[in-house]
Amino acid sequence: MSLYYTQKLLYQLNRDQSLQEKFFADKESVLTDYELNEEEHAAIVTPDIGLLYILGVNGQILMHFAAMCGYAWPEYIQSMRDALDEHGNVKAGLYVTTDGKGAT
Amino acid sequence: MSLVFAGICSHAPGITGRIHMADKEDVRTLQSAMNEMRENLERAKPDALIVIAAEHFANFFMDNMPSYCMGMADHYDGPIEDPEWLGIERTRIPGVPELSRRIITSIMQDIDLAYAEEWKFDHGIMVPLHHLTPRYDLPIIPANINCQGPPLTPLHRAYAFGQAIGRACAEIPERIAIVGTGGISHWPATPDSGKINEAWDRDFLERWCDNDRDALLDYSDEQVYLDAGQGGFEIRNFIAVAGAAENSKGTVHYYRPIPIFAVGCTAATMAIA
Repeated sequence: MSLYYTQKLLYQLNRDQSLQEKFFADKESVLTDYELNEEEHAAIVTPDIGLLYILGVNGQILMHFAAMCGYAWPEYIQSMRDALDEHGNVKAGLYVTTDGKGAT
Repeated sequence: MSLVFAGICSHAPGITGRIHMADKEDVRTLQSAMNEMRENLERAKPDALIVIAAEHFANFFMDNMPSYCMGMADHYDGPIEDPEWLGIERTRIPGVPELSRRIITSIMQDIDLAYAEEWKFDHGIMVPLHHLTPRYDLPIIPANINCQGPPLTPLHRAYAFGQAIGRACAEIPERIAIVGTGGISHWPATPDSGKINEAWDRDFLERWCDNDRDALLDYSDEQVYLDAGQGGFEIRNFIAVAGAAENSKGTVHYYRPIPIFAVGCTAATMAIA
């Protein structure tokens, strides 16, 4: 269920400006409300967008969290490509890449 | 009366959000096609527009995910995304609650439909409205088919949803238009973003224009995923419009793969039979 709560947190951040403000002011105070494992917790706090992708966060949720964290579109795409090189393919969900590289 | 307009178009957020990164000719031809679609829609003089879009975790999440949902709110706000990221200013879009409720009630004769009296529009609706109703003065009835979080509704149910919409609209005096939005093949928000299977797209659009129910439903999700990516699941929206315009034939006015928009950009309409 951990991936579920990782995605739930990002879903709620994406649609709730006040939660965003609370999160960026004090991340830990928000994270206590979600059942996350250590890897997910660290990936969200860092933030490590590439690792969140590898853990299986749906791209339609992740791309907005990435933008929220200051990633421009090319940086977002590159972070996922770099993570594929580092970690191998996506571990869960719909976003397993089909060729591991992406379009050029 | 029967539907007065039925069409499909793309809704990729890059169409507005990454317009500055796109080739000028791509932008010019797409905008020209969407202007033509807007003019056709306006000529139909609809009282309201049903937009069937696969929303992307803006309102619905895996804690309570409806396969089908329609809105019956007085108004809607959008985009839910960062307006700067999407390239569309936040605005208020009129709803039409009483009419929405009548249509929803009628559809429920055939489809177990969820309803929502609050709905924040994401790019799935905002990008098409940006082009088709740029003054946001046409009442909208949003409809969502879950195309993001499996298990997904079977394709034959998406067609039946469209048929139910078409029947419901035939029972009422108002003039209703319908637009289905989404991608055909695409791998959005992934490292594969920009990959487009043009041959697959053109084959799908041929089936859509023929409004050949059997051919439109002759896909498995497993094969769609391989051939058309997770974005290909959004064919449900286009199939629903085909169902709503059952017995009608379609025309593709525009199709052009535009990788920076992460989709083969599409504009097509049905000639309502």
